Amino acid sequence: MDLNYSQDESAFRDEVRGWLNANLPKDLRDKVANYQELGREDLLRWHKILAKKGWIAPAWPKEFGGTGWNVVQRYIFEEELGYVGSPPLIPFGLSMCGPVLLRFGTDAQKKRFLPRIYNGDDFWCQGYSEPGSGSDLASLKTKAERKGDHYIVNGQKIWTTLGHCADWIFCLVRTDSSMAKRQEGISFLLIDMKTPGITVRPLILMDGGHEVNEVFFDNVKVPAENLVYEEGKGWTVAKYLLGHERMGTGRIGASKRELAKLKAFAAAQTGDDGRPLTEDPRFRDKLTRVEVELMALEITNLRFLDQMRRTNQPPGADVSMLKIKGTEIQQTLSELMMHAVDPGGNGSFTGLAKRYCNMRKTTIYAGSNEIQRNIISKMTLGL
Amino acid sequence: MNFDYNEEQQLLADSVRRFLAKDYGFEARKKIVASKEGWSDKVWATMAEMGLTGLPFSTEHGGFGGGAVDLMGVMEAAGDALLVEPYLATLMGGRLVARAGSDAQKKAILPAVVGGKLKLAFAHAEKGARYNLAKVSAKAKKAGAGWEITGEKVVVLGAPAADKIVVSANTDKGLSLFIVDGKAAKVKPYVTLDEQRAGDVSLSNTKAELLGAEGKALPVIEEVIDFATALICAEAVGAMKFACDTTLEYLKTRKQFGVPIGTFQALQHRMVDMVVAYEQARSMACLACSKSDTHADAKDRARAISAAKIKIADNCRHISQESIQLHGGMGMTEELKVSHTFRRLTMIAQQFGDAEHHLARFASLDK
Repeated sequence: MDLNYSQDESAFRDEVRGWLNANLPKDLRDKVANYQELGREDLLRWHKILAKKGWIAPAWPKEFGGTGWNVVQRYIFEEELGYVGSPPLIPFGLSMCGPVLLRFGTDAQKKRFLPRIYNGDDFWCQGYSEPGSGSDLASLKTKAERKGDHYIVNGQKIWTTLGHCADWIFCLVRTDSSMAKRQEGISFLLIDMKTPGITVRPLILMDGGHEVNEVFFDNVKVPAENLVYEEGKGWTVAKYLLGHERMGTGRIGASKRELAKLKAFAAAQTGDDGRPLTEDPRFRDKLTRVEVELMALEITNLRFLDQMRRTNQPPGADVSMLKIKGTEIQQTLSELMMHAVDPGGNGSFTGLAKRYCNMRKTTIYAGSNEIQRNIISKMTLGL
Repeated sequence: MNFDYNEEQQLLADSVRRFLAKDYGFEARKKIVASKEGWSDKVWATMAEMGLTGLPFSTEHGGFGGGAVDLMGVMEAAGDALLVEPYLATLMGGRLVARAGSDAQKKAILPAVVGGKLKLAFAHAEKGARYNLAKVSAKAKKAGAGWEITGEKVVVLGAPAADKIVVSANTDKGLSLFIVDGKAAKVKPYVTLDEQRAGDVSLSNTKAELLGAEGKALPVIEEVIDFATALICAEAVGAMKFACDTTLEYLKTRKQFGVPIGTFQALQHRMVDMVVAYEQARSMACLACSKSDTHADAKDRARAISAAKIKIADNCRHISQESIQLHGGMGMTEELKVSHTFRRLTMIAQQFGDAEHHLARFASLDK
């Protein structure tokens, strides 16, 4: 048993960290550190810097620009991105549509879309959830009717993250509503957001931020060549995507950065007795508990990674565990940050409180933590 | 990076598991617990034969030179089977001798421990000291060529069975360690909540032999307690695994309202949280055992062990409490093993410092 990274892995980490520190623009780093909203141009600027370096899509096959890194190197890279405070790499193109096209796309689709995803020419968003179909995704109703060489799409998507920035949306739509099983008759369509009939309406979150949207489809004409895989087999595609979740789900790097920030911040705040807040035993215990929780999650993550490397098996329900614990830690860190502020002292209570509000999303999105428990219950425990 | 046991470690863990499954089942253990001594000569002899009593001692003394990681699989198996033999107590006493003793003392004691001929205990805790390792009132004074100790030690694990007891006491130069003959100490034996044997040890001008440098015992004691803490973290993981497995089995078989209760989502999610807690605990036990074996310095070791013990203590509570709740009334009875596992997990959460103690220690090391 050896919990340490190998010399090569440590050297790789140093290389990644050095490069990120030297190449992440200061204004973007500041925006992330101050929890400011990042726009389309911010996100694409950083995307293009990484694409130029050849590091934007490590998991893709080499011929499409992948790095050929193993799972541990990919994990280290993701952790370092989080730790340096990089803007998020928007997953919809890189980790969702890209892998789907690589697995199910026609040669023409691959040629048309993959280079543009890689280079950050197209900004993608995801059209899965609907007002009546959240966790119960297979109940979706948005309809696509085949008319000659087109589909006519009618319906509504919701929670469309960064839909207002997007050039393209990949959608699950119902192409056949006569099937007895709800998972059948669903198809996977690629839709140009500039197509007439699409309306994007912002959904402003409680912190005032604009991240998510409703997207309405009113007789939207989509060329049939934009169908991915077979008509009616969209659920197979969707399931493949779910299994494609990355080992970076626990957000260890970002949480390490937030923890260091919280410690420094709390040390600079005074408690009621005039001593630094970090010396208040009641606050201190909460701080230590979240640090220990993060240590445990990191080692758990490495254990799964080590197993994956050895067995060559996808992580399966283990990712659900990382999601549950990782998001709980992110929420606790944001909550402690808010609690640490001296309301009359330095630091903005409102800013940190807004961050706290915003982080409540983490246990809801990407399969709520209750859905993750259902997955573990079914897949791992056989209940 | 590698989280697996090596081949030797795995083979040993498997053979210990097989032995305990065969000779240390719930019914067999019940008989041992109910016996006058509270441990089994026969089991101890087999453990020695299997090399378990020699595992962490140097080859020079007949041992195998292993560390905490080598003991992990053994301790997991012990946690699963709820071993009540004075194993941990003997390992602790032996490690104190190995760390502090003179060559002659090591030669006199360790080969006998390795061979299963000598059982040890460590008498350290006193009334009012709680988990503070530096707080000792027992006093030692020179008497001729040797020493005499006077003091009261409490909850000394394995004391009733111990042939020799390592005792801490203060001299003019500070905290020191001594070896006392088991028969020379007055031991008031009792059964602990988790059905192990312990005792309060009374010493009144009791003849003793100095172990290690006078006044320099605290760092040695801290190291050995950290080592023992790492071992009970691994033991906890074994006990937690049993608690999770048996509860899952119960959810699948127990029927109410015409269906297995495991079909209820309220229970499924609680079961999942138990398993998540188990995985987190296992990770921290790996950390504790590795850091016990390999660390930059004492602070690095202590920090990792305290972090592990915080998590293990919290998760011992979580998993033990939930395992009883999900079993319902049956979980409350002595008849099910899970209620005995509950008791061991409850004790591990406190042993060598509860979560609060280690939270304070972790914070004090973070400066």
